[in-house]
Amino acid sequence: MLKRLRENKSAQGTLLASPTMLWMIGLLIIPLLLTLVVSFGQRSPDGDVIYSFSLDNYIRLFGYSTDCDNGQASCFDPLYLQILWRSLSLAFNTTVLVILLAYPLAYFIARAHPLRRNTFLFMVLIPLWTNFVIRVYAWMMLLRTQGVINLGLGWLAGLFNIPFTPLEMLYTPGAVLVGMVYEFLPFMILPIYTSLEKIDNSLYEAAADLGANGLKTFARVTLPLSMPGVVAGTILVFIPVMGTFIVSDILGGRQVILVGNLIQRQFLDARDPTFGSAASLILMIMTLIVTYFYTRKFGFGEEIVVA
Amino acid sequence: MSHDPAHLTIPWKGVCGMNPHRRHPFIFSSAMLVYVFLYAPIIVLILFSFNASRANVTFEGFVPTFSDKVVMDGSLVKASPCGPFHWFCELAKDKDVAEAAGNTLTIAIVSTLVSSVIGTMAALALQRYEFKLKPFSQLSLYIPIVIPEIVMGIGILTLFSQLFGVINGSLGLTGDSRLSMGLGTVIVSHIAFSVPFVTLVVQARLQGFDKSYEEAAMDLGANEWTTFRRVTLPMILPGVLSGALLAFTLSLDDFVITFFTNGPGSTTLPIYVYGLLRRIITPQVNALSTVWILTVFSVVLILQWLQNREAKQH
Repeated sequence: MLKRLRENKSAQGTLLASPTMLWMIGLLIIPLLLTLVVSFGQRSPDGDVIYSFSLDNYIRLFGYSTDCDNGQASCFDPLYLQILWRSLSLAFNTTVLVILLAYPLAYFIARAHPLRRNTFLFMVLIPLWTNFVIRVYAWMMLLRTQGVINLGLGWLAGLFNIPFTPLEMLYTPGAVLVGMVYEFLPFMILPIYTSLEKIDNSLYEAAADLGANGLKTFARVTLPLSMPGVVAGTILVFIPVMGTFIVSDILGGRQVILVGNLIQRQFLDARDPTFGSAASLILMIMTLIVTYFYTRKFGFGEEIVVA
Repeated sequence: MSHDPAHLTIPWKGVCGMNPHRRHPFIFSSAMLVYVFLYAPIIVLILFSFNASRANVTFEGFVPTFSDKVVMDGSLVKASPCGPFHWFCELAKDKDVAEAAGNTLTIAIVSTLVSSVIGTMAALALQRYEFKLKPFSQLSLYIPIVIPEIVMGIGILTLFSQLFGVINGSLGLTGDSRLSMGLGTVIVSHIAFSVPFVTLVVQARLQGFDKSYEEAAMDLGANEWTTFRRVTLPMILPGVLSGALLAFTLSLDDFVITFFTNGPGSTTLPIYVYGLLRRIITPQVNALSTVWILTVFSVVLILQWLQNREAKQH
């Protein structure tokens, strides 16, 4: 049998890949299918799953409610649709802001002296290696009513004799946005840097020879050639922002509820895994649709692996 | 993570009197502002780990070493033998922190070892062999990239809870012998999200690999195993190591998957910190963060230094 295996290349390949495949099937694909099955189930009184085929969870997500104010049996409650929309627009805003902040820095690193590039790149990675939860906490300290930002603003106002009341920044949608931008910024800088760094210098010279000024060179040479990096970065930022719940939990308090918070609560506080599963499938479908159309338009760069 | 050596080998030169490294003032100043944005929160975080005020809302100076002092919010701060490092001393005494740190390391080490080995095997299979499930295998590696982590987290949670429910029920297990969430489930789940990254990184390394070295070894009479051990492995080792480093940092940093798969006794540091943030925050959390940041920073510096030394030798 061992001899047969030695001659059979196909069997060797399957054997080598099998442990990884076992993990992929057992811990990614089966859980996803299970989530699908559970989402059609119903919640038992003690928070367990009764397997059935009902679309109740999905109908509820899209606004059908039996808990109405004016004594009606059913009514339209946009609560969950609002949560979905809020997550989608937050992910969109975060991605746009992150691109705007990441691009100049990536460009700066890519055009820096080759000896200094590694140091500058390293300085982007250090914040990334401090823990995710710790970084949220840092922003909590900055944004508090008596926090560092208000302290600084108060001091500035004092200098100019302007009356100052501390701003309420923590537990607002703005705080969540800042936190998200901070968390995911390095994931955009790295792929953009990778694609900028690949651009051959002779292209810039050619553009200059042909009379293009700095802005035109940027618009016609640099930007198009760095698009694979922007696309990869967008995927690395948009998808996790859609599903993250710690940032909104800590910086948004109970004010900013995103899909991630909704799902988490169904599994821990509300104990309704069937509804949580339905919500997480909708979340997955939303990210897949956005990713599909986005990558179809701009292509899918290999930068995603490099980062 | 980006170990592209291309930019180290060809330092390009300016042509026609144009300095390619000239700093555009707008680019330069916005880049510096982004660095400030990246570092300011971390610096504040570290500063507050020396805070005298237990409430830790405003910075009330350092913890005194010799005599007690009253801080602005009116509370009395007792002098500590550790002085400004009071919270670090408290941290060192904290048994929960020690346990969480131990768990975090155990999980990271075991999941890195397993995912590096099986990920490298899968990369070799995908790059070298033709087999029926190859397209499916390749595609499945992208699942963790395109699906939010929380979806994976609750999927794995559902799998384990249903599976354990069935096993415990059918075997009639009760009490301590019941299967439940713990270190085992966390490790298995961490392997699941690390393996695709290791595989993709090693695969990228294998792509530029010259097969003639292996053919030469085989011609000289080496069998497959010897060829792998003496030729293939040394050549792909840098790729395997960067894959392993990636897996290690992913595991250390992970919050979401651990959140849904941990159980009693398998709390990791990120989970522990999250728990504190929702209850009471003393400067001890900052001290923990400071230790974490400095540890990661020094480990990375050492690795970087080793890598540079290696690069110089060749």
